[in-house]
This record gives sequence, C-alpha cells and structure tokens, in this order.
Amino acid sequence: MAFDRTSLLLLGALIATLVAGPFLPAWFTFLATVALSKALVVLGVMLLMRAGLVSFGQGLYYGIGAYGAGLAANMLGIRDAFLLLALGVAASAVVAAIVSVLLARYRDIFFAMLSLAFSMIFYGLLVRSAALGSTDGFNLPPANFAGWSPVGATGRSAVFMLTAVLAFLAAIGAHRYLKSTLGMIGEAIRTNEIRVEYLGASVRRAIQIKVVLAAALAGAGGVLTALAASHIDPGLAYWTTSGEFVFVALLSGTAHVAAPLIGCMLFELIRTFAVQYAPYTWQMVVGASMLAVIMFLPGGLWSLVRMRLRRTA
Amino acid sequence: MQQLIAILVDGTVYFSWLFIVSLGLTLIYGVMNILNIAHGSLFALGAYMAAWVIGAWFAGGLPPAASFLAFAVAGVAVGAVLGLVIERGVLTRMYGSDPIVIILATYAVFLILEDVITLVWGLDPYLAYQPYALLGRVQLAGISFSIYDLGLVVTALVLAAASWYALNRTRQGKLLLVVIHDREVSAAMGINVRLKFTMTFMIGAALGALGGALSAPGISVVPGVGVDIIVLAFAVTVVGGLGSIPGALVGALIVGLCRAAAVHLMPEAELFVIYSVMALVLAVRPQGLFGRAIARKI
Amino acid sequence: MKMQTLLGLLVAAALAVTMAGQPAAAQDEKPIRIGIVTFLSGGAAGPFGIPARNAAEITVEALNAGTIPTPYHKKGIGSRPIETVIIDEAGGTTKQVTEYRNLVQRHQVDLVIGYISSGDCLAIAPLADELKKLTVFFDCGTPRIFEDAKYTYLFRTGPTATMDSVGAALYVLHRNPKVATVAGINQNYAWGQDSWTDFRASMTVLKPEIKVGTEQFPKLYAGAYSSEISALQVANADVIHSSFWGGDMEAFVLQGAARGLFANRAVVLTTGETGMFRLGRQMPDGTILGGRGPHGVFAPDNALNKWFRPLYEQRYQTPPTYPSYKMVVAFLGVKAAYEKAMAGAAGHPTDEQVIAAFSGLEYDSPSGKVSMVLGEGHQAIQETAYGVFKYDAEKGATITEIVRYPAECVNPPNGVKSEEWIKGGFKGAKC
Repeated sequence: MAFDRTSLLLLGALIATLVAGPFLPAWFTFLATVALSKALVVLGVMLLMRAGLVSFGQGLYYGIGAYGAGLAANMLGIRDAFLLLALGVAASAVVAAIVSVLLARYRDIFFAMLSLAFSMIFYGLLVRSAALGSTDGFNLPPANFAGWSPVGATGRSAVFMLTAVLAFLAAIGAHRYLKSTLGMIGEAIRTNEIRVEYLGASVRRAIQIKVVLAAALAGAGGVLTALAASHIDPGLAYWTTSGEFVFVALLSGTAHVAAPLIGCMLFELIRTFAVQYAPYTWQMVVGASMLAVIMFLPGGLWSLVRMRLRRTA
Repeated sequence: MQQLIAILVDGTVYFSWLFIVSLGLTLIYGVMNILNIAHGSLFALGAYMAAWVIGAWFAGGLPPAASFLAFAVAGVAVGAVLGLVIERGVLTRMYGSDPIVIILATYAVFLILEDVITLVWGLDPYLAYQPYALLGRVQLAGISFSIYDLGLVVTALVLAAASWYALNRTRQGKLLLVVIHDREVSAAMGINVRLKFTMTFMIGAALGALGGALSAPGISVVPGVGVDIIVLAFAVTVVGGLGSIPGALVGALIVGLCRAAAVHLMPEAELFVIYSVMALVLAVRPQGLFGRAIARKI
Repeated sequence: MKMQTLLGLLVAAALAVTMAGQPAAAQDEKPIRIGIVTFLSGGAAGPFGIPARNAAEITVEALNAGTIPTPYHKKGIGSRPIETVIIDEAGGTTKQVTEYRNLVQRHQVDLVIGYISSGDCLAIAPLADELKKLTVFFDCGTPRIFEDAKYTYLFRTGPTATMDSVGAALYVLHRNPKVATVAGINQNYAWGQDSWTDFRASMTVLKPEIKVGTEQFPKLYAGAYSSEISALQVANADVIHSSFWGGDMEAFVLQGAARGLFANRAVVLTTGETGMFRLGRQMPDGTILGGRGPHGVFAPDNALNKWFRPLYEQRYQTPPTYPSYKMVVAFLGVKAAYEKAMAGAAGHPTDEQVIAAFSGLEYDSPSGKVSMVLGEGHQAIQETAYGVFKYDAEKGATITEIVRYPAECVNPPNGVKSEEWIKGGFKGAKC
C-alpha cells in the first residue's frame, strides 16, 4: 500500500494524539472526543462538498447511528463498542442507499433542502415516539471493547482513543478516496457534470456512492458521540445540528482532509471558552469569529496552513 | 362542515403569515442567489421593534388607530437599515465567492444579530397585545376568529399585488426581473447590478422585518423567535420555486392549508406537514412549483 | 543576635500565637465553589433561567452575609464562603455534558446546582456518580431520573412534574365536578407530551366517563396558535389543559382571550404562575393556575418567605416566581445537609458524609417543607397548590380559591413509578 506524505503525517498525528492522551487534562480529552466524533461527520460533508453538493441533513445519519447504537445497547443488550459502531454505520448506510435514489437527482439548494426535509421528518418521528423518550431521549450504558470493560476515567480514555483512531483513519481513507478515480469524479461533477456524462461515467451513481459514504461517516460519528456523552436525544437530528456540520466544514476549509479535524477541535474550543467567558453573549462571539474567518480567510482556516507551507516551500 | 370552514379560514390565515414572511427571502434569492439565513434575525428584529413601539405608543396614550401604521413602519425601517448595513458591510465583499460561503456569512450575521437583539432588548418576553385585542373578533360558523388575523390575509394579498405591480409595471421592477433572469447579460447591458443587489437586499430585509412586526401583536416576543422562521420560510420558498413570487404565494397556500388540515384532523402529524409537503413537491417537480428549469450549460 | 532578626522572630511568634488562638472566622475558611447551570439565553431564559439565576445571586449574597433567618443563619455553607461559576444551559445535551465535565474538572467546583431541561438532567445524571461530584437538580420535571435508576451523588430538591398533572386533575374536579370533556394544548416535546399524558390519565382514573376532545401539540416556540385555537373551539371542551410556559403561554393566553376561548370553560395552565404578573389584566379571570408546587403566590407565609419575597421584589422589581423559589430550595437543602453532616463530624464533612445527611432529609424553605423521601432519599416531594386567577383593581394580579394538596397525595409512594401509580388509581395516596 502506497503511503503518501499526507497519510504518513496523519498516522503520525494519530500516534502523537494517543501517546499524549493520558497526559492531557480529562476535560480536554473529552472535548477532543466530541470534536473528533463530529469531525467524522464533517469529513462526510467535505466529501459531498467536493462534488458540489451541500447536505443540510447529515443529522439524519448522525441520529440514525446514535439511535441505532442506543437501541441495540438498551434493547438487545449489545455492549461491544465495535459491534455498535458496525450497527450504526450499517443502519445509516442502508437508509442513505434508499434515500440517495431520490436525492441524487437534485443539486444545489434543492439537494440541501431535500436532505434537510428528510432529517426533519426523522426528527419528527423521534419526537413523537414516547417509547424512545421523545425529546428527553435516553442514556447509553458504558461500552465494552472486545471483551474489555473499562469504567470511569479509563472508560472515557478508551472512548477517546477509539474516536481518535477512527477519525484519523477516516481522514486517511478520505484522502485516498479523494485521490482515487471515484473521488476525483466529484471534482469533475462539481465543475461540469454534463461533460462527465459524455465522458462515460455515471454521475448519478457517483453521487449515490458519495451520499452513502458521507452517511456512513456520519453514522460512525453519531455512535461515537453517543458513546462519549452516554446520552442520545433527537437534537442530534435537528437541522441546526446539520447546519453546524456544514458551517464547520466551510470554516475549516475543504482543501485537505486534516482541515475538518483541526477545524472541529478549534470550533469546540472557541465555543466552550466563549460560554465560559461570555455566558450571555457567546453566540455573538462564535458568530464574530466565524465572520472574521470568512472575510479574511475565504479558503477556511486551512488556507493559513497552506500559506505557511507555500512560504517555506 | 364547521371543521371544513375552520380549516379553510385557518389555512388562509396561516398562508398569509407564511407568505409575508417568505416574500423577502424569495426575492433576495431570486435576484442575488443568496439564501439569507439572517432572515430569521430580521424577522426577530422587526418583532422586537414593533413590540417596543407598541408598548411606548400605548403607554404614551397616542391614538390607537395610528399604532398599526406606526409599528409596521417601524418594522420596515429597522429592516431596511439593517439590510443596508449587512449588504454594504458584509455581503459586498463576498460577491465573487462560492454561494455556500455567502450563506455561511449570513449564518454568522444571524448568530451575531441574535445576541445583539438580546443585548438591546434583554431576555424577558415582550407583550404587545394591544393592536391584536383592539380589533376584536368575528364569528364564522360558530367559531370566533380574530379580526387581526383576518386582516393579515388582506395584508398578504395587498403585498402580493403590490410586489407584482412593482416588479412588472415599474421600470425598476422590470430591471430587477432582468437581473433575476440573467445577471451577466444585465451587467453587460449596463444595469448597475451592484446597486440592484443593495436595493433588493434592503427590500427583502424590510419585508422580513415587516413579517416580524406584523406577527408581534399576537405573540410574546422572546429570544429565539426568529430561529424556526428560517426553515419555514426556506421550505415555502423552495416549494414555490426560488425567486418566484407567485410561487411563494402558491407554496404558502399549500403549506397553510395542509397544516390547518393537520391541526384539525390529525394534530400529531403537524410536525411533519411542512417537510412532507416540501419533499413531495420536490419529488414531483424538482425545481419547485413555479421554478424556472435552469438550462444546463455545457 | 541582631536587632532586626530578634524583631522578626518576635513578630513571627506574635503572629503564630494570634493565628493559633483565632476561632475559625468565615473569611479564613476555604471557599466552597458551586457551579450553577441554568438558561441564560434563548426562550427559556426569560421565564425560568434568569429568575433562577437572580434567586441564586441573592441567596448566595445572603448566605455569605449570614442574613437568612434560622436555621440558616450561619454564614456561608458550614462557614465556608460561597463562590459561584455560572454556565448557560443552552446548546443541547452533548454541549451540556461537556460543560458539566468542564465545571467539575476544569473549574474544580465542589458541587453543581442546576438544570431546568429534563433532557439535560437525564444526560447529566450518570455523570454525577461517574465523576463523584455532588450534584443537585433544582427544576427539571421528568420522573425518570430516580424511577429508572439509582444514584449516589445526585439529588433533586424539586418534585417531579407528576404532581403538577395530578394536582391539576384534582383541582379541576374539585372546582368543575360536572366536567364532561377535556381537551389539551401542549408543546410537542417530552414536557408537553408527558404533562398531557399524566393529566389525561389522572382525569380518566378520577372520572372514567370523561371524554377527550382534541389533543393539540404545536411545536415548541411556535408562538402563533390561530389554527389550534380554532380546533379547540370546535372541540368545545369544558376544560382545556395546557402545560405551556414562557412566551408560548403568554401568546396562547393573549390570542385565546382575544377570541373568547376562555369564556364558558375552565382553562388550566399548570405553569401559569410564572406569567400572571406579566400578563396582569390580559389573563382572563377564572383561569386555573399552578406554580409547580407551593411557590410564588402559593408559598406559605413563613419566616423564610417573609425574608425572600420582599428582598427579591425589591432587587428585581418583580415578585419571584417558581424557578426562583426552587433555586433557593436547592441552596438551602445543600446548606442544611452540609451543616447537619458537620454537626456529626470533626471539621468539614466529606462528600460522603454530606450525602448521608442529605438522604432522607427534611428541611424548611420559603415554599414550605421539603422532604427527600423518594428515590432512596434523593428525590424531594412537596405539597402542591392550585388556584384561580383574579385581577383585583387595587392589588393587581391575585390568586383566589387556593387549594393545597399534601405531598403524599400528589406524589407516588417510594418505589412506585409515576405512570403506574396514576394508572393504578393512586394507590397509597394520602389526601
């Protein structure tokens, strides 16, 4: 397997994260767990954005992943984190496969609004379900990891490590995908999809595959967030959650797979410190930071790294 | 029978409210291709401004009849001013960018405005019931309806007529139609597209704020009052076809009637109605009911 | 020995003697840091979060100054001055879980008081035991917390929402015994759905021939209810139940009153007390109001209420409503438990000792007696009260025809789930 520079860098970063983990304060690793689990979803958003599609409904798969894991844990007694992940991802992928048949016919704002509509219909179903706890949701029992059942702080570290491994591996996977033919077709579709059709590739199929991939990533992110927070509620599927993923994707920049990882982390940090230091105006602080990034860094935060690299090159 | 009349009247009332709220959004999208997420905050701004004006007006003992004009004008004014500020301050720097980045900018503006509103008006709900209560009620098929709500229907129809006239019969309006149809050719023909953008955004913002101002007397104005408006207005706009005012009219009518029917016949489905209608319409007509099929450029 | 060194030694010795001889003054005690979590933004801030925060503010000030009547007159909590860290409860459960961890691990608070949203409470509950941090829920209503699980470090000083619905049903039947149909309009989320389910179930148990008209569930923060009010008029029920709160409640009252919905029928607003002063004359006379317990206008005229109510009103220009009372109840519970544990320990008690003292505790508050009876001694019960709104030309907004229901009448007995207790006909209730 050819490992290019990015993959090696990401691998290195993963190892560094895992090693540093035990030495970092617990509140930070928890923040990182949540940020990295969301980064998985943002990676999916980025995949779609590279194909010119903006999905305002990733909350659907995020929610399906989380609820799938939650129901499996509470009703079927499944505790193994890997199994829950597999179930969550599978459930999201299956739904995406069905939904993408309709969704792949649309572009631009219609794609966005239709994906939003589906996620909100799912949200509505969750809210109506008293058995699932409606908007209060329900809790997830602690998970096992292939037989190992850590509790307390060790349990949290285990979830952190699992999330970090998955996030970085997903980033490497996304990187390789984007460099492959299937991935490159996304760029082509974004530029001029009629030409792609004329050249013999199926635009519809490519988009469907991307929707399913993004859904799988979002489902995995959902399961990991559920494992971290130990709580699942319909808010995961609400349109503002989906919107947040899109906005973080834009802020981070879609040029490089590492961007979502860094961007999510920064966003969570900004938000938590804004809540602490500006408890009444933290939304404004977040909005102003976003505006600053948009106006001065139109390529997202990643363009800072790119400028730096270009200068040293 | 009573229920049928109730559904029709309620649907029409809800439709007029939806139309007034979505008109500004569809106009901005049609001309500038921007999905303005800050529309929700403009609605909220209009509502707060109207509530404040109404409170001050009635406390000052000014003639009640004139209050209607006062708070409507206040809403429009604050919307126009904010529209100008946002367009000149933020959007004008971003016109060359990816449309999605511009949407992100409007989202950031929305976040900022939400807290600005709270800083100015505080966290307590504002009550501005006087105009609503003043007009009293009327009985139709054994149900009392608020005359204020029925008045909204008239307002919506007047607005629809006015916007149709403005777009189709005035010079500026026709120029706007041209810009909607093809921006590049308009610019090539010498139309000051940038100025049109500013005008449009101001008008769209003013309409959004007007929607909020007109809503204020019936509701309690709280922080966050604009948030769900965003999705509602978007949905109606998409159903009707982006940039189409007849589309917004028909879209609002369909959503309004469906929602009223749901509330009366199947209340538990109320939450799904707007999204199901949107999904169904898009499934059948991908560009919305009145949307122009956009020619694909090779 | 040099003069300076001798002087230095003398001063040091003098200091040492004085320090040793000093009784432990409050300013020398290590402060107790309390994390407070409540809504500071969004639609829940105005009616709930800010009144709760205001109450926390004046309670902490009064505690630190020692101005609360007995038995809470000791300064601080066990003589330790209180300092607070306040966090906004908005942002969703994942965010709140993160912020709770930050409070405990980054801010290193000694305990956490807060949480209005049941969803947040459910998510935070297991964390208290995981992080071994004393946590007190003061407001959230879902009975699921202690009915679905057991916790050691978690307490809830506010009774569950069950008693709101049961009390409402009892009061409705007391005042309108001939009621034939009920209808409901509640917000479409867990709070609204559960409130209606409990009320409907209670009514059906108390009067089986009751018919249910329309059950409306508009979205939270919908604000405009013209269709729903039409549907309610079509249904023409004798009693309309609503657990609406905040802006939604006010909008519903304004729109409903303007259309004559409140005439010729009884409308029950289970959280109506929070809006009665703001709505004033706009609230129709005859509306049945609740305050989620003996708070606000339902509070007893005891010494603690005589201290709290005028102080709050003077500071914030409006009478305190139930979120404020519930916050004070939480603080006083912590103080009572801490000082009870201190009485039996040498020096300051450990968390475990405070927990032991808190379990099963009974203490007094501006809203009367609080008994930590349910959930293995971790869940409080209180009496509840309902009354009828009347606008008095001189006194303004008032409540009349108040009926109080004892705690054991409207709360399930220990070990019984609320839903089953209602369906089973309120077995074990002592009215």
